[in-house]
Amino acid sequence: MTAVLTLVEHGDGRADRLSLEALAFADRLAGSRGAEVHAALVGPGAAEAAGGLGGLGVATAHVIDDDRLDAYAPAAWAAGLIDLIAAEPFAAVVAPGSERGTEVLAHVAARTGGAMAANVVDVQTGERWKVTRQRWAGSLLEEAWLDGTPRLMTVAAHAVAALEPAPDATAPTIASRTPTLTDEDLRVRVTGHVAAATDRVSLTDAKVVVGGGRGIGSPEGFAMLEDLAALLGGAVGVSRVATSLGWRPHADQIGQTGARIAPDLYIACGISGAIQHIVGCKAAKRILVINTDPDAPIFGRAAYAVIGDVHAVVPAIAAEIRRVRGS
Amino acid sequence: MRILACIKRVPATGGRITLTADERDIDTRFLGFAVSPHEECAVEEAVRLAEAHGGETAVLTLGPDAAADQLRDALAIGVDRAILLETDGSDWDPGATASAIADAIRSLEAADGPFDLILFGNESADSGGYQVGIRVAVALGRPVVTGAKALEVGDGRVTARRQAAGGWEVLEAPLPAVVSVREGINLPRYPSVPGRLRARKKEIERIVPERRSLGPELIRLVVPEEVTASAEILGTGPEAAPRVVEVMRELGIL
Repeated sequence: MTAVLTLVEHGDGRADRLSLEALAFADRLAGSRGAEVHAALVGPGAAEAAGGLGGLGVATAHVIDDDRLDAYAPAAWAAGLIDLIAAEPFAAVVAPGSERGTEVLAHVAARTGGAMAANVVDVQTGERWKVTRQRWAGSLLEEAWLDGTPRLMTVAAHAVAALEPAPDATAPTIASRTPTLTDEDLRVRVTGHVAAATDRVSLTDAKVVVGGGRGIGSPEGFAMLEDLAALLGGAVGVSRVATSLGWRPHADQIGQTGARIAPDLYIACGISGAIQHIVGCKAAKRILVINTDPDAPIFGRAAYAVIGDVHAVVPAIAAEIRRVRGS
Repeated sequence: MRILACIKRVPATGGRITLTADERDIDTRFLGFAVSPHEECAVEEAVRLAEAHGGETAVLTLGPDAAADQLRDALAIGVDRAILLETDGSDWDPGATASAIADAIRSLEAADGPFDLILFGNESADSGGYQVGIRVAVALGRPVVTGAKALEVGDGRVTARRQAAGGWEVLEAPLPAVVSVREGINLPRYPSVPGRLRARKKEIERIVPERRSLGPELIRLVVPEEVTASAEILGTGPEAAPRVVEVMRELGIL
């Protein structure tokens, strides 16, 4: 059986979280077929990160090395993978379902003329491979045949748990390659970075998120949510309607076309709970709903609920927090 | 400058999705349709760039006859021409979609000159294949930037910003180029009534595309099991506040 190749993204000399998930996915896939897992790493720090893959089931780590790969260039990364695929047979190439993993694999698919399945959650191998993949950001699943030599797929974020390194870790064999890059491969590359403003808690990191939707009624209505979020050390998020109406900036949006949050508590205020919003907040440990309509779909996702008008309930909760804190 | 925006018609779902009897499609009998969100922003961006730099805009989609509605939405906010690659409405895989779009672009460019910029949505809301824009770019031999949330054009280059760990990364490409955008790059305008009337009178150019399927090959769709919770009602109205705060304490949030 030929091996499964996994694209591993890394920073500070370590594989990142979605790549560890992709390795776990590849490990399961290869294990079911008695095959090896190989890793491919590109860019500065790749050799160090490859050395750190011991105990993660990786037999060989291919370090794709070239001075011109120092700045991220999607087509050049793809050229590096294509060069490797041409040199060694692989049953499948698995990439993390990240911005870069998805983009690089799509370039590989386009240039090799192969099919690609994005956001796969499960594979059944056999004469033909049957993949289960996400549509509608996971609100719907698709079963499909995925053919190709190799088969190309990205792994949906959080579809599998990241691998924990085994204690008897032996480092993988490191194999270095220098691909032949053309000027065309380097036409698009990262030419700079801009740091985000860090004066507030980011939605994706917040332990508490206070969300508002159509029921807030106006841009001014969000002041009470800001107040509650500040009391709880959390962040304010919104449903798509609040950004489409221009009430709040798009950066605040939770959902399919916005942020995916995973707080300990998500307080959803005046939000009905369309599936596009649910996919953005379903990783919250608990959801507290404040809504006048007890039939709103979001109640089906909630641990706690208050039936009532957000304009009365939210300020009352803020006042109660202040009271118990004695201020 | 000449700009083309490629869009997709998608069902306007919101509640639980139901499937057709053959499980190969969403049951859309009771649903409306819309332009997929990222692509709605691609259309707006095309119009803004043409307003700022001058030039012509076009919108293109692959879909059934009814997708003319979504093309007219684009015409209504100021896009100059619309092209429909007309299908029977069945699900085309990303490779087939991309090769049909690339064919169409080649013939449009042969007649009227090259597009400086071809815009896509980063991924469609429904099938979410994340690859059509890249495949079209590779087929045409053009550079492609994905995930753009800000765009600038000048000096024969396009500069895009996209979200990355800790902030933004900046990517550049020489024109002509392909860029896929994400919602948030702009706030799409609403069409005016005169805009809608103008759009209704415009002719939609139609092309019959060739279907070259590549895969993945759809077997069936599955609605995932819903994990429904039974929410504990903490109270009604502002009187619920003390109980809410008690729960926050139990959860260790206060």
